Amino acid sequence: MRIFSPFIIALRALQRNKMRTLLTMLGMIIGVGAVIAMVSIGTGAKTQVEAQIASLGQNVVLVFSGSVTRSGIHTGWGSAGTLTIDDARAIAREITGVKAVSPEVRMGSQISAGNQNWFTSVLGESEQYLEIRQWPLAAGTMFTENDVRGANKVAIIGMTIVNQIFNDEDPIGQIVRIRNVPFVIVGVLSPKGLSLMGQDQDDVIIIPYTSAMKRIQGTTTLRSILVQADSLKNLPVVQQQLTELLRQRHKIGPGKDDDFTVRTQQEIAETATATSRIMTALLGSIASVSLIVGGIGIMNIMLVSVTERTREIGIRMAVGAKSRDVMLQFLIEAVTLSIIGGIIGIGVGVLASKIISSQMGWPVLTPLTSIVLAFSFSALVGVFFGFYPARKASMLDPIEALRYE
Amino acid sequence: MDKIAQLVDVQKIYHTGGEDVHAVRGVSLEIYKGEFVAIMGASGSGKSTLMNILGCLDKPTSGTYILDGVDISKLSRNELAEIRNKKIGFVFQGFNLLARTSALENVELPLMYSSNGYTSKVQRERAIKMLELVGLGKRLDHYPNQLSGGQQQRVAIARALVNEPVIVLADEPTGNLDSHTSIEIMGLFQELNNNGVTIIMVTHELDIASYAKRNIILRDGKVIKDVVVERRLNANEEMNRLSSAQKAVNLAP
Repeated sequence: MRIFSPFIIALRALQRNKMRTLLTMLGMIIGVGAVIAMVSIGTGAKTQVEAQIASLGQNVVLVFSGSVTRSGIHTGWGSAGTLTIDDARAIAREITGVKAVSPEVRMGSQISAGNQNWFTSVLGESEQYLEIRQWPLAAGTMFTENDVRGANKVAIIGMTIVNQIFNDEDPIGQIVRIRNVPFVIVGVLSPKGLSLMGQDQDDVIIIPYTSAMKRIQGTTTLRSILVQADSLKNLPVVQQQLTELLRQRHKIGPGKDDDFTVRTQQEIAETATATSRIMTALLGSIASVSLIVGGIGIMNIMLVSVTERTREIGIRMAVGAKSRDVMLQFLIEAVTLSIIGGIIGIGVGVLASKIISSQMGWPVLTPLTSIVLAFSFSALVGVFFGFYPARKASMLDPIEALRYE
Repeated sequence: MDKIAQLVDVQKIYHTGGEDVHAVRGVSLEIYKGEFVAIMGASGSGKSTLMNILGCLDKPTSGTYILDGVDISKLSRNELAEIRNKKIGFVFQGFNLLARTSALENVELPLMYSSNGYTSKVQRERAIKMLELVGLGKRLDHYPNQLSGGQQQRVAIARALVNEPVIVLADEPTGNLDSHTSIEIMGLFQELNNNGVTIIMVTHELDIASYAKRNIILRDGKVIKDVVVERRLNANEEMNRLSSAQKAVNLAP
C-alpha cells in the first residue's frame, strides 16, 4: 500500500481539477505530436532516397574511365577511353567475390519506329545489367550472352519509349532504328520513375554493349564498368582488388594517378542521405523546442498549483505527510501530466503524419525509436520541470501552510 | 494515571524583523491519560504557539516536551511528521478538510501517510467506522461543500481519531459554528472523552471551556491559572435547555 498511496494521492489530486489537467497536458501533446510528425516526415523522405539508391543495384561498384586533359582542358569521366572490354573480362575472371559484370557505353541518339521518332539515351550493357540493377522486365525477355557475343541487333526499351513511339501497340518483335540501324525489340522494362536527380529513368533503350560499340558508335573503349559484389561484406575487398588489377593492367607505376575512378554505391548513398538526415535532425530539433515549452507549461502550472494548494499541503503535513511524501505527490502529478500528454501526443503525431502523407502525398514513416524516445523524453520533462515545484511544496512550513489563506 | 504529555520550562522565541518575540515564557505542565483540558487566553497570550508545540508542528526554543515517552525537542522534521501521524489527531477551527474530496477520502488521509502499511481495504473500513462513530455513516461520499459546518467538523474529528492517537488537539473547534452546533460538537468531545480519548482544546470562549474537565489559562506566555472545572457543563443538558429556549421564541420546531 505504501508504494501505491503516493500514486493514488497524486491521481486524486489531478482528478479534482480536470480542466487544468487537460490544458497543461495540451502543451505536452502538441510538443510530442510535433516531434513525432516532423521525424516521421524526415524519416519518410530518407527512406525514399534510400529506396532510390537501392534501385541503382545492390553492392555495386562503378568503374569509370579516366578523364583526358588536352591543351589544359579536362574532359569528364569516361571520356578518355581507358577501359576496354578486356579489362571487363579480366575483372570477371580474376577478382574473387564478383557476382556480375556489365561493361557500359552510353550515348544520346535519335531513334525511330514507323513514322514516329524520339531522342533518348542508348545504353550498351551486358546481359547481366538488369540483374545488377534489380530491374525486372514488364514483358518479353532480356537479350542473351549469345546476343552480346554476336553483337546482335536486339534491344529492350523503357516504358517512356513505349508510350512515345509505340502508343498502345505491343512493341515486342517490332523494329526500332538507332541511327538508322534496325534493332528488334525483345523486351520492355518495368517502369522505374524519376531518378534522384529528376531524370526519367524509363526514357532509355538498352542494347548489347558489343552492338553499341561496333554497329553504332564505332568505338573500342568503354565509358564505365558496373561490377556487382556477391555481398556487402566483400564490397571493399572487390573495390581494392579492382583498383590493383586495373593499375596493373594499365601499367600505372607507383605514385602515379589512376586513369580510372572507382566508386561504390555506399559513397553515392551517403551523400544523398546526408541531406535528408540533416533535414530530419533540423525538423526534430525545432519540434523539440515545443516539447521544452510544454515542459515549462507544466512547471508553471505546478508552481501555481503549489501556491494555490498551500493549505492542502499544510493539512497533509499536519496529519503526518513527510517532506518526501509531499515531494513525491507533486512529482508524480507532474510526471503523470507529461506522460499522459506524451502518450496522447504520440497518437496525435502519428495521426498528423498519416494526414500529411495522404494530403500532400509525402512519404511518411514513424520509426519506433522516435516513439520510444518521445515517450521517455516526455517523462524526463515531467521529472525535470516538476522537480522545482515539488521541492518547493515539500519545504513548506506546516504552520505557515495551515494559516495560508 | 499515565502521563501522556509533559512540558518542562518550555520557551518559544520568534525572531521577526530583528526583534525577539517571547511567545511562550517557561510553561511547565503535565497532561494525563483521559483528561479533557481547555487552554484559554486572549489573543497574544501564546496559546496558539503552545498548541503548535503540543501538536509537534513546532519545536520549543528551550525546555523539553515529552509526548508519550518521546522527547520531541530532539526530533527532525520527518520524525515529527511521523509522531503527528501516529500520536496526534488535529481538529481545526476552519475544519481544514481537502476540498473536492469525499468525507471518506478525507478520513483516510492520515492512514495513507501511515507507516503501518494498511491495505486500502483496511483503510476504507477504518475510515467508515470512524465516520459512523461521529454519526456520518450515511454521508461517506459527500464532499465538504455538501456538508454543514457541524458535519464538516465531525469529518475532521473522524480524521483526527482514525489513527487512534494518544491525544486529540482541537484548535478553536467551535469558532466557526453556531451555538447549537457548538454544543453538539462539545457533546461529541465529552462522549469521546468518556470513552478514554485524551483531548486538549484551545478556546477563548469561557462557556465552551466549561465542558472540559480542566482549564489552563495563559497570559503573556505564562500559565497563570490551572484549575479543575467545578461547575462542568453537560452537553446533553445544555442542548435541552437551548432547545426549550429556542422553542419559546419559535426558532426551533
